[in-house]
Amino acid sequence: MITLDFLINAITLGSLYALIALGLVIVYGILKLANFAYGEFIMVGGYALYMISTIAPLPWLILAILAVLTAVAVSYFTELIAFRPVREKSLTALLITSFAVSTLLQNAALIIVSPRAKAVPLPQLFSTSINILGSDVPVRNVLTIITAFAIFGLLTLLLRKTVLGIALRAAADNFKMTRMLGVPANLVISAAFIISGLLAGVVSIFWVGRTASVTPTIGAAPLLVAFIACVIGGMNSLLGAVVGGFVYGFLFSFLSLLLPQGLLDYREAFMFVIVILILLFRPEGLIRNKYSGERVG
Amino acid sequence: MKEKTLNWFYHNSTIVLLVVPLLIIALIADNIGDNLIERVITVLFINLVIVLGLQLFMGNSGILAWTHVGFMGIGAYASVLCSMTPEAKALTLPNLYPVIAQIHLPFLVSILIGAVVAAFAATLISYPLMRLSDAAAVITFFATLIVIHVVLIRWDVVTNGPRTLFGVERYTYLWTSAIFGIITVIAALWFKESALGLKLRASRDDRYAAASIGINIVRVRWYAFIVSAFIAGLGGGLWAHFITSFSPSAFYLSETFTLLAMLVVGGASSVSGAVVGTVVVTLAREVLRGIENTATFTQVLPVDLLGFTEVFLAIALIVVLALRPSGLLGSREITWKRKRKVIPNGNGFETETNPEV
Repeated sequence: MITLDFLINAITLGSLYALIALGLVIVYGILKLANFAYGEFIMVGGYALYMISTIAPLPWLILAILAVLTAVAVSYFTELIAFRPVREKSLTALLITSFAVSTLLQNAALIIVSPRAKAVPLPQLFSTSINILGSDVPVRNVLTIITAFAIFGLLTLLLRKTVLGIALRAAADNFKMTRMLGVPANLVISAAFIISGLLAGVVSIFWVGRTASVTPTIGAAPLLVAFIACVIGGMNSLLGAVVGGFVYGFLFSFLSLLLPQGLLDYREAFMFVIVILILLFRPEGLIRNKYSGERVG
Repeated sequence: MKEKTLNWFYHNSTIVLLVVPLLIIALIADNIGDNLIERVITVLFINLVIVLGLQLFMGNSGILAWTHVGFMGIGAYASVLCSMTPEAKALTLPNLYPVIAQIHLPFLVSILIGAVVAAFAATLISYPLMRLSDAAAVITFFATLIVIHVVLIRWDVVTNGPRTLFGVERYTYLWTSAIFGIITVIAALWFKESALGLKLRASRDDRYAAASIGINIVRVRWYAFIVSAFIAGLGGGLWAHFITSFSPSAFYLSETFTLLAMLVVGGASSVSGAVVGTVVVTLAREVLRGIENTATFTQVLPVDLLGFTEVFLAIALIVVLALRPSGLLGSREITWKRKRKVIPNGNGFETETNPEV
């Protein structure tokens, strides 16, 4: 029943989901902000790919890099303009701001581009497949896995070996203490948003690559994925996000395989029921962190 | 003695100061007799009911609750299933369970049943959720909203699936909604000062201190959540009998955004704030919709303005939150008395101290 095909699909989904979750958690760890606008950064990446390709006939790789940079820029500027003024005041205000930013970006896409789906240019490579041990595997999946693991590696290096990385990790553990030790809050938070935008941009290329089109509401699905994965893995650790992403990817693949046709439509409801159960019985997720403290009663 | 009477009046002036202007708005709309204005004001009062339902829980407990639009949806569908004639139901919901298909109840009974069903759903699912706070609570409530939405969409025997449910008779007119709106204002003010409301606010301001004086936070939150789901369900019923045809997508993220905007612009932690926010945002929204539609139909501008209203509201919301994170009114109620010390607490939501109490 479990074939190589299935495994590679599950790993692809898992690594994509892990990337998505990582982008959300890197901000959450520091600000405790479940960023509702995160899905829209992914949408912005997709639209950038579409819009830049209509303006200038550039090689695809450059287009993709520009799209990622656009997502980074949007992420950074929303932090600067929308989140920074509210940050110190109240978590509720911060959350509502992120919801407002999400609505704003979505409707801006509606006005500036169109409510209809737009075709996004993709390289030939994305639609070909190669033969691995007797099963046809789309190159896109292989690329997703390679990119994801390259990013995990680079991020690990960044977080372990550089001063900024150490500051980011310290801030995720205890932001107040980190600030008292002289790490500037603005720098750390901006860096977190930039990394978040970078991940969103990379994800957008592969997410859009699955359907080859982009719509204003495309960000909703990855946002939910990120929420679920973070909750499963543990909201307070980066490793947890990666683990959660993979667990979710595998779980989702299994549910698709095992659920009868009639219940497939309820797949998302099932996933969210799992999320609610995890939050109730193990609110710190699979990967524990010393500093998690959410529960009341 | 005189001092005491005056104090009593100061304390209770909020009800008068909120209800009288609302009555005046309803009277003016009634007397102008313009169909459009009447509809706008009807919507205003329906929004008021739902926003106050949200305020009752969110404002007093400090927990950002996304689920209420879901309960509004449950109230809407449940009430409509009671009030529609069996013939209309056979037309739009041919596979409906026979027990429900036969029911035909008067409007008021129907919306009350809708509200009770919403409150019952809240009773069942919410107790464990009340243990959570902060971000975990936000994601859980969000997940609950999605679960309700998926169920509404997929349970097509009862809801006609993602398609529009039609054949509802219109019962909600200006005065129906105005009366319910005003009753809800009074109820929300009363709740805030009731024992339950005080305990809930104590738990919002400092959950450890509140627990230490014997307040069972989970239970207090749970009761408040049920009451607020009841009000949201009532609002949903009113709305359903006003709009007369709707689909589950009406009870999802864009509606959540609008309601949150109404609540937060005015100030979530006071009833006055919720009322002011609802009035301001509803009117602004109608004006913007007008502009959006005119521009789209007449093609004055080179671009379509679809989504313009949401963009404007989102920007307004971001600006308000940046400048006044606790809303235009903060946590103050509108009263005659102006002299009140306001001290900010850690949440950013202001807490007021009253020297007399």
